[in-house]
Amino acid sequence: MILARVVGNVVSTVKHPGLVGRAVFSVQPIDEFGAEAGDTFLAVDHAQSGPGDTVIVLREGNGIRQVLADKSNPIRCLIVGVVDAVTPAAAE
Amino acid sequence: MFLARVVGTVVATKKSEGMQGIRLLMVQPVGEDDRPRGKPVCAADATLAGPGDLVHVTESREAALAFADPFIPVDAAIIAVVDQVTATA
Repeated sequence: MILARVVGNVVSTVKHPGLVGRAVFSVQPIDEFGAEAGDTFLAVDHAQSGPGDTVIVLREGNGIRQVLADKSNPIRCLIVGVVDAVTPAAAE
Repeated sequence: MFLARVVGTVVATKKSEGMQGIRLLMVQPVGEDDRPRGKPVCAADATLAGPGDLVHVTESREAALAFADPFIPVDAAIIAVVDQVTATA
């Protein structure tokens, strides 16, 4: 799992049935200090997150299929938590 | 999963079993600003995307799950045609 920030909303009409009713966001991977760490990618929301939130993103298909209880879902990146605070070890 | 722009069509007559009837498209990964990012890949289309469309691509094992036969040999699949991307932060 990685930390990311929700930076965009992606709207689609024509989509796979596995995506129907789910919000798709563009997320920016970040490090524990909030600095950008890599390229943005798309993730499906499963934690009522929204733009600007720091989130935990699960990027493992089998885990996602278990979370969604759907054996044939093509989603590969799922937002599974909204982060309240990250405390870097050096700052403690 | 990533955003991409469809940049071409791919026609293959001889294909692995189970691939018959599956459309193949070349897609160029892009950022939210529509700028190309990385190299184009060949993706199987599970929607009805066409050249010029902005699409949502899923990768690896999950790509094959977008199709009726979930064991076809594909590692990138278009699972949505994107209407709009709103940068929010």
